[in-house]
This record gives sequence, structure tokens and C-alpha cells, in this order.
Amino acid sequence: MTNERKGAAIDIEACSKFYGNFTALDDVSLRVEPGEFMSFLGPSGSGKTTTLNLIAGFTDLSKGEIRLGERPISNVPAHKRNIGVVFQHYALFPHMTVAKNVAYPLRQRGVAKAERDRLVEGALAKVHLEKFAHRYPSELSGGQQQRVALARAMVFDPSVLLMDEPLGALDKKLREVLQLEIRRIHRELGSTFVYVTHDQEEALVLSDRIAVFNKGRIEQVGTGHQLYSNPATLFVGQFIGESSILRGSHRVNGDQTALDIGGVIVSAPGTPKTGGAQVILLRPEDVTVQAPGTGPRDGRSNVIQGKVREAIYLGSAMKYEVILADGTPIVARTATQGEAFGIGASIELAWNPLDGRLLTDDGSVGGH
Amino acid sequence: MKHFNPGKLLLGLSVALIALWLLAPTIVVVPMSFAEKKSLAFPPSGFSLKWYENFFTNPQWFNSFITSLKVALMVAVVATVIGTMAAIGIERMKSRAGGLIRMLLITPMVVPGVVLAVGVYAVYLTTGLVGTWTGYVLAHTLLAIPFVVIAVGANLAVFDQRLETAAASLGANRLTTFFTVTLPLILPGILSGALFAFVTSFDEVIVSLFITSPQLKTLPVQIFSSMTRDADPTVAAVGSLIFLTTTLIIGLGLIFGTRKGRKT
Repeated sequence: MTNERKGAAIDIEACSKFYGNFTALDDVSLRVEPGEFMSFLGPSGSGKTTTLNLIAGFTDLSKGEIRLGERPISNVPAHKRNIGVVFQHYALFPHMTVAKNVAYPLRQRGVAKAERDRLVEGALAKVHLEKFAHRYPSELSGGQQQRVALARAMVFDPSVLLMDEPLGALDKKLREVLQLEIRRIHRELGSTFVYVTHDQEEALVLSDRIAVFNKGRIEQVGTGHQLYSNPATLFVGQFIGESSILRGSHRVNGDQTALDIGGVIVSAPGTPKTGGAQVILLRPEDVTVQAPGTGPRDGRSNVIQGKVREAIYLGSAMKYEVILADGTPIVARTATQGEAFGIGASIELAWNPLDGRLLTDDGSVGGH
Repeated sequence: MKHFNPGKLLLGLSVALIALWLLAPTIVVVPMSFAEKKSLAFPPSGFSLKWYENFFTNPQWFNSFITSLKVALMVAVVATVIGTMAAIGIERMKSRAGGLIRMLLITPMVVPGVVLAVGVYAVYLTTGLVGTWTGYVLAHTLLAIPFVVIAVGANLAVFDQRLETAAASLGANRLTTFFTVTLPLILPGILSGALFAFVTSFDEVIVSLFITSPQLKTLPVQIFSSMTRDADPTVAAVGSLIFLTTTLIIGLGLIFGTRKGRKT
């Protein structure tokens, strides 16, 4: 089947949203390309759902403009925007059968009965629920209900489909199955998808690009790979994937920056982008665990002493949690073939300076 | 040997007594309605259907019954429309004024009927509404609105407003959303509000006594004036008929209601 791109671009231009004194969204600009699958990723209260609601027309903009295709839509009411929305809470009409639910948007558009039946059948087939057309939502499981909601949101062929944590209420296994289905449906429809989630793994699985939200702003927009290997901020670096953070006073050496970690000097490429304290962000797979006294090898010229606090066998790899002399925890993941170390062992951590990311300390505390 | 449980016996006995106490005053009118003589003595003597016949053939009785029915139907419609709109408005108000308006709307339920009746009478005298259809409907609607506001409000409290957002995203405007999503889902509340409104008007006596006229009388007023004039067992016949009808309506409502409740 040919897959012509028919999605519309979404342009968010300098948009802000205030609730009294509270700034939910602070001067955000973003372009979602036609047919793109973009995720809005961030912790709760970061502005990602607010942005989605602004696109859908459920909330009014305080400042800025949003364009769909080329058309400004900030004055278009929600029911005239022709945007499909899937909600976390399904929002199926409990007094209508599955078929009636899916037919609802077509009725609003005055689609004739025969055509309507055909489209409903097609949409239900896409989500594998043809047999459930005459059931009521309360007779379906959570996963099935969300499939109905998906069918209902796409049956009228919207150029943009918004999803607000659609899998948030489902268990992990079901979530993974539906993630693959959503990917497939995106490929088949060719519409522009915007997907709100706080789950970085989900964002990585689904998206062409991810916009990372924090405190009402977008920290970075990019592919999963770009965000992981080249985070623009410490927040992004910590939110996507596992990481360790080294803190210390810094000194610029030409095109490198050195950090003093309790007397040990380590370096990272680049110079501070902004003033303030600097940190080095390390990915577990870039850090090698070696016997003390091994020293720099194979370009891994940053060497620091530590003690193993936790050693976990993961099958394909060993995961070490190491504590440095100043108490900083570092996570390292190494191939299982190498030498193994037990809990409490004194070891050396070594990494190539080029694998460290020099970032400004923005006060974001790791983990999620 | 069966185990004897004195606690259980005591419980059964007291429950039966309370049930009897609740039902007896209503049940008593049934045998009285078949009395032979024109007296409300209990127990009655003889058997006759003449009081039922009197109710249906005597225009005094039958006309007042029709008047009550018409007034109650109009009140049910007017109070349900106003009360439902008010309940929705209050529910959607973000400010604290909503609670205040709600309290205001419910006051007719709390204010003593006589006080209200005097007020209504005074106003009706100067506006010429005494003994008119408009007068009855206006006064009864005032009394019925609180029941609708409460019944619909309770239903709205459990209505998921996010469904309206979903309807908007699917292309339905506010009005269509109301008729296709909101209304069907709060219909149980609206229907029970309408039923309460109907009943409130149908058996309203205090205000009606003040604003009645010889030409336009409601059934409760007719019963009351008949009782104060002479002991007419037609009152018992009317009582029995109303008792039978309401029991049927409520019984059917319960059966229908539980069946619908099981589905959702």
C-alpha cells in the first residue's frame, strides 16, 4: 500500500499559557513536521499536556500563535479543528456501543449511513475489534477500550492525531503491544502524531523526534539518539537513559575543560556554554571498570578510584554501582567476559574524555 | 433440632412493628373506602363501591383531580427544565457564588410552607394570580425546583465532564454535545427530578389552600375542604386510588431502574 504523506505540520510560535500567576508554558516554539511522530516527554507539570491541550483547542492561548498547515488556529474552536485526540482515560461514551462511538465523529460531519458503516468497519478492523462493534465500552478491557478510542480518533481521517498518555493506565505488557500497534497505525495513516508521555522508553520506541519539556519550557528537540548522545542540558541527559554525574570545580584548558573531583583531575571536550558550575555526564556503557593500578589505556585517560557498592549480573553485561572517595555514585556497564569484581572491591574507573558530556549544572536531580 | 436465636427473633419482631407503624395509616384508608355508610369510622361496616363512583362522576371531585394532574404535569416540565439548567450552571461555575445560588434555590424546601404561602398569597392578591393556572404552576414550580436541582446535581457530580471535551475533539459543538452526550448520561437524575416535581405539585396543600378559588381547585384542596365540611368516604377512595397508582409507578420504576443499572 502506498503511504502518501498527508499529515499537516504544526507550528507552535512563541506560545505561553498563564494561570493567574502560574506560568504553565513559557514562550515555547516548536515545529512538528508533516507526517512526523513527535513525543512530548517530561515530568508531570512540565507543560507537555498544556501544549497538547493548546493544539487541540481545549485551552486558550495566553500569548503566541499555533498554525496547522499554514492556517492559524488559535481562534478556531476545538470542534472545528479536525484534530483527533486519544485520552489517557479513554473518554468513550458509555451509553453508546463501540460502533456508535466510532461513528460519532462521522455523524457530526454528516457522512451518509452507508459510507459511515464502511468507515467504522474499516477503523475497527485496523485495531482488530471488528467483532466487538455491538458491545458497550463497559464490557471491554482497558486495552480494548483504548483501541476503540484510537479507532474513533482516526476514523474521520484527521491530519493530526494527538495522544495524551494513552497507555498510562495499562500494564507493561499490554503497553508494549499497543506501542507497536500505534507505530503501525502511524505508518498506515501518514498523519502527524503528537504523543505525550512521561516514559522515556516509550518515547524512544515510538517517536521520530522527541521534545523534552521541563518547567514550562522545551529543553531540547531531537531524535532519541541525539538526546541520548548529545544532551543539551543536564536535565535532558538525566531524563533520557541512565547516567552518572561528576561535580567539581572546573578550569578551561584550550578546547577542553578539566574538573577537579576531590583532587583527581578529569577532562571533557568543549568549554562551558554558560556560566556557573559545570558537571560531566557519563553513560554507563562508556565507563570501564578495571583493577586498581591499571592506569590509562586505549585512550581512556580519565581514571578515578572507587569502591564497588553493587555488582549486578545482567546476562549480556555486568552493571556496577561504584562509590568514589567523595561519595559520588557512578554506574558502569561492562561486557561480562572481562574480569569481574565483587561488592566492596577497590577498583578503578576509566573512560575516554570524548565520551564525557560537559554540561552546566541546572540543579536538576537525577533519576525519574 | 433448630437452633433458637432470641436476638434474631427480637430483630424480626421490631422490624415488623416498625413496618406496620409506617404502613398502617396508609393501609387503613383502603377498607374505609369500601364503607357502606357515609362515615369515616374504623373499622367500616358493609361493602360498596359508591364512593369510587362518586369520585368519577361528581364534577367537584373529578374536575379537581384533572386540575391537579394538569398543574402537576406543567410543574414537572417547567421545574425540570429550570432546575436542570440551574444544576448544570451551578456545577460549571468556578466561583464560590455557585454554592450560594444553590442554597438560594433550595430554600423553598426549608422555609415553612405557611410562611411561603402567606408571601405568595400577598403577592398574588395584588397581581391577580389567585385561583389561576399560572398562579398554581408558578407557586408549585418554586417548591419543586429544589428537588430537581438536588437530583440532577447528584447525577452531574458523577458525570465525567471530560466526555464533553472528547465530543468537542470529535467535531461536536456545545449544543450537540449536550444533547448527544451530557443529556443521555444525566437523564436518570432528570427523570427522578421530574418525578419528584410532579409529586411535589400533586400533593401540595398549604400554598394551594391560600391561592385556591371555587372555580379552580386542586385535589388536595378538595380533599381538605371535604374533610372539614363532612366525613365523606370519597376521600378514602381517592386516597386508595392514589396509593395504588404511586405504588405501581414506584414499583415499575424500581424494576426498570435496577435493570438499567445492571447494564452500565
